[in-house]
Amino acid sequence: MTSSRWIALAALALTCSTPAMAKDWKTVTVAMEGSYAPWNQTDASGKIVGFEVDILNDVCARAKLECSIVAQDWDGVIPGLTAGKFDIVMDGMSITEERMKTIDFSIPYASSPVAFLADKNGPLAQMSNTGKMIDLSKDDAESKAALDTLRKELTGKNVGLQVSTTEATFADKYLKDVANIHEYKTTDEHDLDLMAGRIDVAFADTTYFLGTLAKPDAKDLEFVGPQFKGGPILGPGIGAAFRKTDKDLQDIYNKALKAALDDGSVSKYSMQWFKIDITK
Amino acid sequence: MEFLNDLKDQVWTAYELLAAGWGVQLLWGIAWTLAVTVVSMMIGAVLGSLVAAAKLSHRGGLRFIGESYTTVFRGEPELLIIYLFYYGGTQVLTGVARSTGSIGSADILNMPSFLGGVLAVGIISGAYQAEVFRGSFLAIHRGELEAARAYGMSPWLRFRLVIMPQVLRLAVPGLGNVWQLTIKDSALISVTGVAELMLTANKAARSTHHSLLFYTLAGILYLVMTSISTPIFDRAERYTSRSFTRPK
Amino acid sequence: MDFDFYLSTIWSVLKALPLTLEIWFFGIAFGLLIATGLTWLRASGYKSGEYFTRAYVFVFRGSPLLVQLYLVYFGLSQFDFVRHSPILWPILRDPMYCTIVAMALNTAAYESEIFRGALRAVPVGQIEAAKAFGMSAFTRFRLVTLPIALRLALPAYSTEIILMTKATALASVVTIMEMMGTAQKIQHDTFRPIEVLTCAGVIYLLLNLSIARLFAWVEHRLSPHLRAPPEQGQQVKPVPEVL
Repeated sequence: MTSSRWIALAALALTCSTPAMAKDWKTVTVAMEGSYAPWNQTDASGKIVGFEVDILNDVCARAKLECSIVAQDWDGVIPGLTAGKFDIVMDGMSITEERMKTIDFSIPYASSPVAFLADKNGPLAQMSNTGKMIDLSKDDAESKAALDTLRKELTGKNVGLQVSTTEATFADKYLKDVANIHEYKTTDEHDLDLMAGRIDVAFADTTYFLGTLAKPDAKDLEFVGPQFKGGPILGPGIGAAFRKTDKDLQDIYNKALKAALDDGSVSKYSMQWFKIDITK
Repeated sequence: MEFLNDLKDQVWTAYELLAAGWGVQLLWGIAWTLAVTVVSMMIGAVLGSLVAAAKLSHRGGLRFIGESYTTVFRGEPELLIIYLFYYGGTQVLTGVARSTGSIGSADILNMPSFLGGVLAVGIISGAYQAEVFRGSFLAIHRGELEAARAYGMSPWLRFRLVIMPQVLRLAVPGLGNVWQLTIKDSALISVTGVAELMLTANKAARSTHHSLLFYTLAGILYLVMTSISTPIFDRAERYTSRSFTRPK
Repeated sequence: MDFDFYLSTIWSVLKALPLTLEIWFFGIAFGLLIATGLTWLRASGYKSGEYFTRAYVFVFRGSPLLVQLYLVYFGLSQFDFVRHSPILWPILRDPMYCTIVAMALNTAAYESEIFRGALRAVPVGQIEAAKAFGMSAFTRFRLVTLPIALRLALPAYSTEIILMTKATALASVVTIMEMMGTAQKIQHDTFRPIEVLTCAGVIYLLLNLSIARLFAWVEHRLSPHLRAPPEQGQQVKPVPEVL
């Protein structure tokens, strides 16, 4: 084939695909899971709505970007981002050192400690340190003691969490040798299995569980054990993810996000979706 | 009695959920599933006939290519092939576009999920269709081909007037099977985010926590799709073999 | 080329091979049991038996295995009576058993059709000859119908077994870390989907090729009467292609 034919072919492919071609970033494609309520969830009409959608719309309006959302299962968001299927990921993703090796993050727009959810009437309802916040970045005696207790109490238990999350890394480090870890594709699936009794405890972000507890069929569930935040595994907060090569897009996004955080818009969305301000 | 009340509640919840908009979503899901299946079948038909020709060829090299194609694409899990196309498609497109200079060296040319999905399912479907076409060709009476040659027909004429009509007639039942297989394979594209029936049912099941309801619905809808295609293929079979049935 | 990465990926995926084979083996074994029951029901001559098997085959062949797996795993656990049943729940609680149940139910539908076809394809003359010999119905079945039918069913059965090998990859959607699940986990940790999937693909292909060879060999052994006698000094033809 001659090179002009190749160009024609490429041009054809260009016109019928959604390219991330905008050199001056007019249009961007943003991936969300669409089933991580209330961060991003699908409503009955099939539209993705939620806390992160509101932030995105705000940021895009400020940055004069045309943003479109695509649904992408969680286990494909980072490979999809690096492969170029979309330009930004907003999916309650914690900023961690491990992920920073592959991708870049915006400034954090929320913080959400991780927590455990279990059956009110089950054996784990009496876990110690319930409601206590453990900051792993301090790495002090208190956090060590809390982790030891946690390991003891979860020994032999079935723990459900979402694949490829900070919770999974946490469990890999602290729980793998004592508990049975079940990795799910979505957080909804471990909720369903917790209600069905296949797992003893579900492990995810506090903010996500607030959404779970608001659902009518979750009336028998409650938070158990301590909450954890910070440190190299859990990271400083939640941000939007970018390819390492797209520094320019990241700068545009950060500038707009900073403005939205400063004037209290993001806090307002947080109150709407979570009833608490999680930007702090 | 309690069971009946339960059932009544279930039906009512189902109605409410469907009326809230999930019903329309599921209908769109069906449309996408059919679109994926039809396009994949067409891609598969083109690839399948080429591969069948290669497998029937006298040249060893071509035969080897044909054999490898059907072995690989019938021997690999469908899910794996779909994932490979989903991630690999963008890499290949980007590589081609970058080397021709039609996009900048840092830009990325994305393979849309639908395109990647139908290519993957189409290639799998092609492997099965190739076997169907090959079988049909082998079932043609040798004598007819020899007679056509003796008549002095050119290869093209022989293909158009003798081979093709018969291959098509003999292939219809087999193609019906491949069609059903392809409908079911299309459910796996859900992992790449094409909003076909499976993904829609999945999203609905997860967001409403009514998994039993939506998976049952999805199952029924797939059954409807596979079962209405049976009479269509029966008709096609009668049509293509009309010259072989005796008038009553 | 990063050979170390490929090697370590292949090694990690291979470590999940026993789990894949476990699902595969039990799925096929239970599937065979159900299929035998269905075939018998269909051949028994009872109208209700025929209707039941027809409906069964229609439902399980007409919908994707993925839907069936989701229904068994997430759907059935929504029923209180399933969760409180001392017999059902220990089985359906475990994702591994759920996968095996879904696979067995699914493959039984295809296999019962294969067996039905094979039974019908047994030449009538052979059965008549057996009758003329004065064989009892059971002896006739044991010595004439069954061996011939099994031999006839073998090619289609081997195709179905290969479809089942591929189907084990679906177990990854219900938290089982078989080969596909392991490959996906490595893919999440390394963000190199194409390399990881290629490694897994090679393993699946080799697995299926060996299964196909095995069946081809069995088929070859069971059909000496169809082979031309080897001429002097001539090698016996290689086994026929199955996959």
